[in-house]
Amino acid sequence: MKFNKTVSVSAAFIVLALGVSGLPAVAEEFDEMDIEHWQEEYMTVVDRGDKAFHGGLGNENTVSCDQCHPNGANIHPETYPKFQTQLGKVVVLGEMINWCIMNPLEADALPLDDAVMVALQAYIHHERRGVALAPGKH
Amino acid sequence: MSNSSRRNFLKAGSAMLAASALPISVVELAFGKGSDENFTFAYISDSHITHIKGNKFVNNWDRGLIRAVAEANLLDPRPDFIFYGGDIAQLGKPEEIDHGLEILSGLRGDVHYVMGEHDYYTDLGEYWQKQLGPDHYSFDHKGVHFVVLNSILTYEKWMHQKWESGMHRMKQMARLDNPNGQPFMVGDAQRQWLKADLDKVSKDTPVVVFSHSPLQKIFKAWNFWTEDAEQVQALLKPFDKVTVLYGHVHQIHTNQIGNISFHAAMATAWPWPYPAAYTQKESLLPKLTVEMNRADPFFERDATGWQFINMHTGNVDVNYTLPDNANRVVAYDTKLGHPVDTRLQDNADRTPAQTHY
Ligand code: HEC
Repeated sequence: MKFNKTVSVSAAFIVLALGVSGLPAVAEEFDEMDIEHWQEEYMTVVDRGDKAFHGGLGNENTVSCDQCHPNGANIHPETYPKFQTQLGKVVVLGEMINWCIMNPLEADALPLDDAVMVALQAYIHHERRGVALAPGKH
Repeated sequence: MSNSSRRNFLKAGSAMLAASALPISVVELAFGKGSDENFTFAYISDSHITHIKGNKFVNNWDRGLIRAVAEANLLDPRPDFIFYGGDIAQLGKPEEIDHGLEILSGLRGDVHYVMGEHDYYTDLGEYWQKQLGPDHYSFDHKGVHFVVLNSILTYEKWMHQKWESGMHRMKQMARLDNPNGQPFMVGDAQRQWLKADLDKVSKDTPVVVFSHSPLQKIFKAWNFWTEDAEQVQALLKPFDKVTVLYGHVHQIHTNQIGNISFHAAMATAWPWPYPAAYTQKESLLPKLTVEMNRADPFFERDATGWQFINMHTGNVDVNYTLPDNANRVVAYDTKLGHPVDTRLQDNADRTPAQTHY
């Protein structure tokens, strides 16, 4: 099903790109069930992030994110990318997550595309849903 | 260097350290003029000493408490005593309570203790009480009546249900944002005790109450809350001057409800966000609060601290000692009838670092 959609999307793209008219454009279509499915996939990762955030990172010193960020508060994901003085550059959220993993948690940084890193971000964003984007804000 | 000049040098060195670390003028205010009933006491809270294993403890939290003890020892003139506001331990383990007490043993002066939920829920306060005595008591000092309450109790049924272990119960309460958390309360028995205790005190005696949780309702989801707060407040209402000092929230709060002034203590361990930073639920901010500066995660001790209290004319001035940050003084204003931040109460003086979102 997913495969089909990819095909139809690229077919539509070709149609547009070639400027061919007269053929019916096949836009991606999805229904309620698809949305529900995607939401479930997303929430599964949010839950995984929730667990990682609340002591599930296995770091030796046992300190967990929620000890200082209950409900993910004070993380301000909507402000990224932003300049971090001490890092001396504009960084993405994952890089600041790694800062807290390496310092208060005394553990090793995660690759930015690590499944746990993605899950942490899903949880953090989920707890902050509805807040307007404010990239760069301090 | 001869022995004696070396000694003088060391003395001068520690005096300099004291001068740079402490707002000396405030201390003078307490002792310089007025009645000899003026006195100070130090107030340290929320160290969350965490045992990892064997001889290992989380260094960050150790450092916070060690620093507070060292700084409190520099107070000159000496405070009459020291209050510890609760949560010595993170998970109520004997190792944690003992390690915390070992660090606190460096304090020059007597210490009074308040029970925190992190000290309590593993064994329902048994080890803490074995080391430190009763969890609620009162005493008089230079004309002020001090009361200590254990405000972190909750429903009996929940506490005494069949738990797989005490540690399991602790972990339910230790997690601040636990959706299954239970509200804190003082409870009927202690409120009856408090009523009987206060019946013996004349209404013009200043009263200072210590609790771990706020004896006011701020944000239930993080237990910045005491379920029977209004009932406790009602018992305090007949007195002319009442101050409630609480820990738990790891941030500055200031409030005045009728005759009662409220102040919160900073933690020595780590700061907490103000509840409004969690945008999915509604919360309150005690109305006179000038929020602490937002913490800089690059400085371990930033937005932690301890305080010393200047007790004059029966009201309280709280001096917040904040490493990596300008100190704050929240003093009782007799004309306004409530406490004010002596530097920042006026909005115009605040900086962007005090905007939490
Ligand atoms: C010892 C306390 C502590 C722990 C534990 C901790 N942090 Fe932090 N973190 C802070 C503080 C303090 C800040 C600064 C908050 C502010 O900007 O107001 C911060 C900031 C951040 C920021 C940047 C926020 C911003 O506004 O730019 C991110 C991202 C972050 N933490 C993620 C995490 C994650 C994920 C974990 C767990 C792996 C974690 N933190 C554990 C204390 C902690």
